[in-house]
This record gives sequence, structure tokens and C-alpha cells, in this order.
Amino acid sequence: MANTTVQQDTQVKEPIISFGKKERKLLLDPLNDNNPITVQVLGICSALAVTTLLLKAVTMALAVIFVLAFSNLFTSLLRNYIPKEVRMIAQLIIIATLVTVVALALKAWDYPLYKELSVFVGLIITNCIVMGRLEAFALANKPWPSFIDGIGNALGYSIILIMIATVRELFGKGTIMGWKIIGPTSEYLLNTSSLSWLSWYQPNNLMVLFPSAMFVLGVIIWLHRSWNRKLIDVS
Amino acid sequence: MDLLNIFIKSAFIENLALAYFLGMCSYLAVSKTVRTAFGLGLAVIFVLGITIPINWIIDHYLLSENGLFGMDLTFLRFILFIAVIASMVQLVEMVVERFSPTLYNALGIFLPLITVNCAILGGSLFMISKEYNFAESVAFGLGGGFGWFLAIVAIAAIREKIRYSNVPAPLRGLGIAFIITGFMGMSFMALMGIDPAALIK
Repeated sequence: MANTTVQQDTQVKEPIISFGKKERKLLLDPLNDNNPITVQVLGICSALAVTTLLLKAVTMALAVIFVLAFSNLFTSLLRNYIPKEVRMIAQLIIIATLVTVVALALKAWDYPLYKELSVFVGLIITNCIVMGRLEAFALANKPWPSFIDGIGNALGYSIILIMIATVRELFGKGTIMGWKIIGPTSEYLLNTSSLSWLSWYQPNNLMVLFPSAMFVLGVIIWLHRSWNRKLIDVS
Repeated sequence: MDLLNIFIKSAFIENLALAYFLGMCSYLAVSKTVRTAFGLGLAVIFVLGITIPINWIIDHYLLSENGLFGMDLTFLRFILFIAVIASMVQLVEMVVERFSPTLYNALGIFLPLITVNCAILGGSLFMISKEYNFAESVAFGLGGGFGWFLAIVAIAAIREKIRYSNVPAPLRGLGIAFIITGFMGMSFMALMGIDPAALIK
């Protein structure tokens, strides 16, 4: 059973850890042409729920980078020993263990932030990016490329997360990472009440609610596809 | 009354898909036609209604401090919950195949897909954080599933219609689906002020 996956590995002997053209492609492809969120539509739930504040988005991004890189690595190391029938459960247990580590670490480090992320740290387990990469890549490739692939896809996820969170926090609360940027009092960097041409401006509370996350992501997809036209949906 | 209250609240006001972003991957991937959306929605009601009570039992009688092992094992929640979900999905698949081949054909490929639907694990985790009792968790599971079912069938119907509209090319498909979901979320937000208790009386 396991032999079917081994065949792909019996190519030219390569050094275990190297960083050439192939690895660079693995790392950079998910940032644009093969972005997990805007192209493959994976891992949307957590991407949208945690983006009300940039700090939450960055924490989530770091957690996903850790989980995805290491679950890819471990699955790839074990790929010849996992029987095909139980591979789903085996993968889920690898992921769940890593997520438990992340959740406990976050709980110890920053409890208020952990409370604010609520169930979404746990939901990294069912983040389809993780499962998708394990199925599509780690089960058929060597550990080092799998590790790079994990980091690349997690970065592609993070970049979109950070974009959405920046827009939502800036226009919803007038802050970025807690720094006051634009608002109606003198505490803010750009004090709208002192500028006559900007005095109409108010932070828009809709930006921190559900619909705006959808609109912002929809617009990001729109911009991405108008810039990279080969991604346009023709069906 | 209280249970009906929780059912309505979890189905409409705190809709898993349209207020908590749960299950968005399958929500977008499987909502191209109403038929498939209907199948997946049914499967989600089914699995949520079963796994949430089972996870409640596991959490209270195995993992909690006054449970079977007498110690606080809550750090095992993620692993056990996902294992329960994966095995329940498999079990439900076998039972449905044995007793109702028509339903099995209708649900088809969607049953195994559900294991990695975040709405299922999210439902269990919400059940923990909201501290429901057993009966309430059953109501929450069914209500949450029904809400998700409504959301996916609604978007599938809209997407079937919108296929004939003149959407800008880069926005076609995925982009417009997100924006429509945003509007659907806005309309569900209007239900937020409703007090379910007053509604039932």
C-alpha cells in the first residue's frame, strides 16, 4: 500500500536540505498565483473572523505558520508508515497535537488575547489549508520541500489576513496595532475634528462586523484578479 | 420553551455561517447549485445534531475534573473532539448507507467532507464556551445545523440566478459570492435585536 507513494521519491539523490529554484517556487507560488485564500478558497473561516484587529490577525498568522510547517514536516516524515485507510485520522491527530501546543502556549503568554481569539485557535485543526496541503503535498513529497511548502502556503494566508485586518482596523476603529491613527480627538495622529475638510469622518462600526469582512475580501479578490488576469473564473 | 429559544437563537441570530464565519470553505465550494447545497446542508444538520451531544457527554464524563478519571483533562479536548467527529462521520455514513440508500445517494460525497467542516468542530467548541447542559446542547446542535442549512441553500439559489448577470470579469465566481454573502450577513444582522422568548409567547 505504502509503496505507491514511495515511487515519486526514487529520483536523483539530492541533499536533504537545499534552497534552489524549486524551493523558491514552492515558497513564492502561494503568495500570488496559487494563493490559498483568494485562489484556492481554503481557510476562509478563520481568515475572516480574526481580522477585526491587526494584532489578532498577526497572532493567528504566526500560529498557522507554525502548525502548517510542522504538520507538513511530520506527515512527510511518516508518509510511508501511515496506511491509506486511516490517513485522515492520523493527519488530524498530528494537526490537533500541534494546535494544542499553540493554544496552551498562547494561553500562558497572553491570556486576554487567547480569550479574544476564542474558538478560532482550536479551529486551526479544521482549517482546510492545513488538511489540503497534507493531502496534496506532504503525503507525496520529502520532508524538506514539504516544510517549505507549508511555510509558503501559510505566508500566502498571512499576507491576505494582514491586508484585511489593516483595512478593517483602520476604518473601523481608527487604529493600527493599537496605535491611534485617525479619529476625532487630539489623541489620534490625524485629528479629524481639527481639520475642517475632514470633520465629517467617523470610524465606521460596520467595518468590525461580519459583512465588511466579506466585502473587503471580495474587493481584494477583485483587485487580485484584475491584476493577474489568468486567474479569472471562466466557467 | 428555553430549548426552543436556544434553537431559534442559534439558527437565526447567531447563525454559524453568517455571524461566525464557520464552514465557509464548503459553503463557498459547494454552493454552485441548489441540489448539492441542499445535500450538504442536510448532512451538516445530521452530523451537528449527533456530534455536539456526544462531545458534551465526553467533556462532562471523561475530561472534566469530577469525571471518570477524576482529573482535569481538558487539554485533550481538541484531539478527542476531532477524533469523535471523524469517527462519527464515518459511522453515520455506514448507517445511512445500510438503512437509507436514497438518503445516502443524496448526501453522497458530502458526508466525508464534513469532517473538516469548521462548523462542526466550531459548534462543539461553542457548546463548551457557552456552558450548555445536555438538552440545551442538543437544541444548539440542531439549531446551528438548521441555520447553516438555510444559509447555504439561500446562497446557492442566488448564485444560480446570478450566473446570467453581467458581473465584471475579475469579480465573477468567487468575488461576487463573497460580496453577496456580505449582504446576506447584513440582512441576518437585522435579526439581532429580536428577543426569541417574546417571539414564542
